[in-house]
Amino acid sequence: MQPFTQVSGRAAPFAAPNVDTDVIMPKQFLKGVDRRGLDRGVFHALRFHADGRPNGDFILNREAWAGARFLVVGPNFGCGSSREHAVWGLSQLGIRALIGTSFAGIFNDNCHRNGVLTVSLPSAVVEDLAARAGRPTGNALTIDLPAQTIRVEADGLEIPFDIGPLRKDALVRGLDAVSATLQHANDIRGFEARHHGANPWFR
Amino acid sequence: MEKPKTLYDKIIDAHTVRSLDGDGQILLYIDRTILNEYTSPQAFSGLREAGRKVWNPSAALMVVDHVNPTAARRTRRMPDAGAARQVEYFAENARDFGIELFDVLDPRQGIEHVVAPEQGLVMPGMVIAAGDSHTTAYGALGALGFGIGTSDIEHYLATQTLVYRRLKTMRITVDGRMPFGVTAKDVVMEVIRRIGADGATGYAVEFAGSAIDGMSVEGRMTVCTMIVEAGARGAVIAADRKVLDYIEGRPRAPKGELWGRACEAWLALGSDPGAVFDCEVTLRAGEVSPMVTWGTSPDQAATVDGRVPAPDEAPDPVRRGAMLRALDYMGLTPGMPLAAITISHAFIGSCTNARIEDLRDAARVLRGRRVAEGVRAMIVPGSSQVRRQAEAEGLDRVFTEAGFEWRQSGCSMCLAMNDDILEPGDRCASSTNRNFEGRQGPGARTHLMSPAMVAAAAVAGRLADVRQFA
Repeated sequence: MQPFTQVSGRAAPFAAPNVDTDVIMPKQFLKGVDRRGLDRGVFHALRFHADGRPNGDFILNREAWAGARFLVVGPNFGCGSSREHAVWGLSQLGIRALIGTSFAGIFNDNCHRNGVLTVSLPSAVVEDLAARAGRPTGNALTIDLPAQTIRVEADGLEIPFDIGPLRKDALVRGLDAVSATLQHANDIRGFEARHHGANPWFR
Repeated sequence: MEKPKTLYDKIIDAHTVRSLDGDGQILLYIDRTILNEYTSPQAFSGLREAGRKVWNPSAALMVVDHVNPTAARRTRRMPDAGAARQVEYFAENARDFGIELFDVLDPRQGIEHVVAPEQGLVMPGMVIAAGDSHTTAYGALGALGFGIGTSDIEHYLATQTLVYRRLKTMRITVDGRMPFGVTAKDVVMEVIRRIGADGATGYAVEFAGSAIDGMSVEGRMTVCTMIVEAGARGAVIAADRKVLDYIEGRPRAPKGELWGRACEAWLALGSDPGAVFDCEVTLRAGEVSPMVTWGTSPDQAATVDGRVPAPDEAPDPVRRGAMLRALDYMGLTPGMPLAAITISHAFIGSCTNARIEDLRDAARVLRGRRVAEGVRAMIVPGSSQVRRQAEAEGLDRVFTEAGFEWRQSGCSMCLAMNDDILEPGDRCASSTNRNFEGRQGPGARTHLMSPAMVAAAAVAGRLADVRQFA
């Protein structure tokens, strides 16, 4: 997993509420057995016309937001299906962080398992950031995860954010969660023996 | 005296292996998983690359359900090369990691959330996490169920645990008697309409109240699968006699002396009187009417006797924008009666509404009636076992005589990953759980409702009130 320390780049606004993972990664991109090639699928129906040409009106296809690394999103982003393909695609497209008021639970966990930071902030702050991200110039941000700040490059505005220490550490160090958990294998075995002793029908 | 606890907190306490930090992250033991062919392949590849084994292969079950065709004649042929590769790799993984597989020709095949309870794999007090958001279904049997992504499937397979943070708790109490024509689906749709598509985000939901007690176990599964559409990250209902009766005698259920002990433990498991929930929602079942969605989010719903709402009435600009976009996508005009919306397709299927009772409900409406001209109507049973049961009851003949296609089991047109897919502009009355843009096919329009309401719509050729089909 790619570590997340200080990341700078353009931010693009995507304000609709309840953007679901069917919209982020439609079904025709779910037929793989690996994680490859999913960048093309992201927001496919919005980014491309039916004949496959890029839709020049879509924010990420416009010159001023090309190569954006952050999205400022609407409430409940990532709801619906558990498909992690949505996050793999966003990550392959170069998106490193999502800023919004709330994220759907499974999607939020999927982001953090793949080095994509989600930052939850009050709606007034998100609206302000979305307005700044919507400007063709001055939409660059720097997110400093160790310091837990978002800096607006145009005017130096700094916005602090909260994140749990374990999640932060895993993102900063790009940790593989399975290796970390297997360090507790003896605890798991001990728990399992007691659990199955108390509930033999679960065995 | 100990502080009264919620059922959710009791289950989490009983599955906590250890704390991971001082901040509420724990290592949570998971009793079971069910794997499907489309969210699991990369998890197995991860295990292969790291040279890891599956911690407990007998705690998992693999079921092909998302990509398989549902045509009446079953074969191993998949609709496309991608699906064929997924099913082939799925079988390789089952063999190499020693996990039981129900492939497409297995008589026990079906939608994972229908199959797992059928097999007796789900028991009260368990924690079940699986790579599908509708894993919340298992709450109906007194187990805590929740969906996970592929990275977490890999973590589960390698460690039998997940890194977990305790959720806030919400109790949704539904009291009273459901009026004529109202089903569990209408109750959960009304809940979602009221609390919104993010109303339960960050919460584990416990359903309670006399209307929930009065529901069958299958009705409770409908409610528990669909509450994820309000963002719930887990669902649970305390087990009662009905749950024990449902589980008893199933292939993986405890037998003999163990059965009696298990029942005693299961019936004792519930929220303590006086347990405090972070949020309480109440609903009177008597106030619920048959529901349909008009938009592209499951909370964009109304009673079938209502009208398409006007965006001007939306409380804020963001929601107004979402409504305008939804109405444009759905091709609807504000103020139009919902019952005037004509359909091209009717679909009865999905983990939310394709169990035997759902099919009986639909058959009750369809007996002696015909599907309207120009409507293509399909029934995809929740499992192969449900299909056989329906045939034993003669329901298949009711459906085919009414003009419905009687198909094989799978997720099918709930998400249209197989070859059951709509064309742009098609409009479908559907017993599924998501009306997202493009869900049943690019440009296709979905109206969610109960199976009986789908049957009524199929006959009328438009959205229709099932209460007029007595």
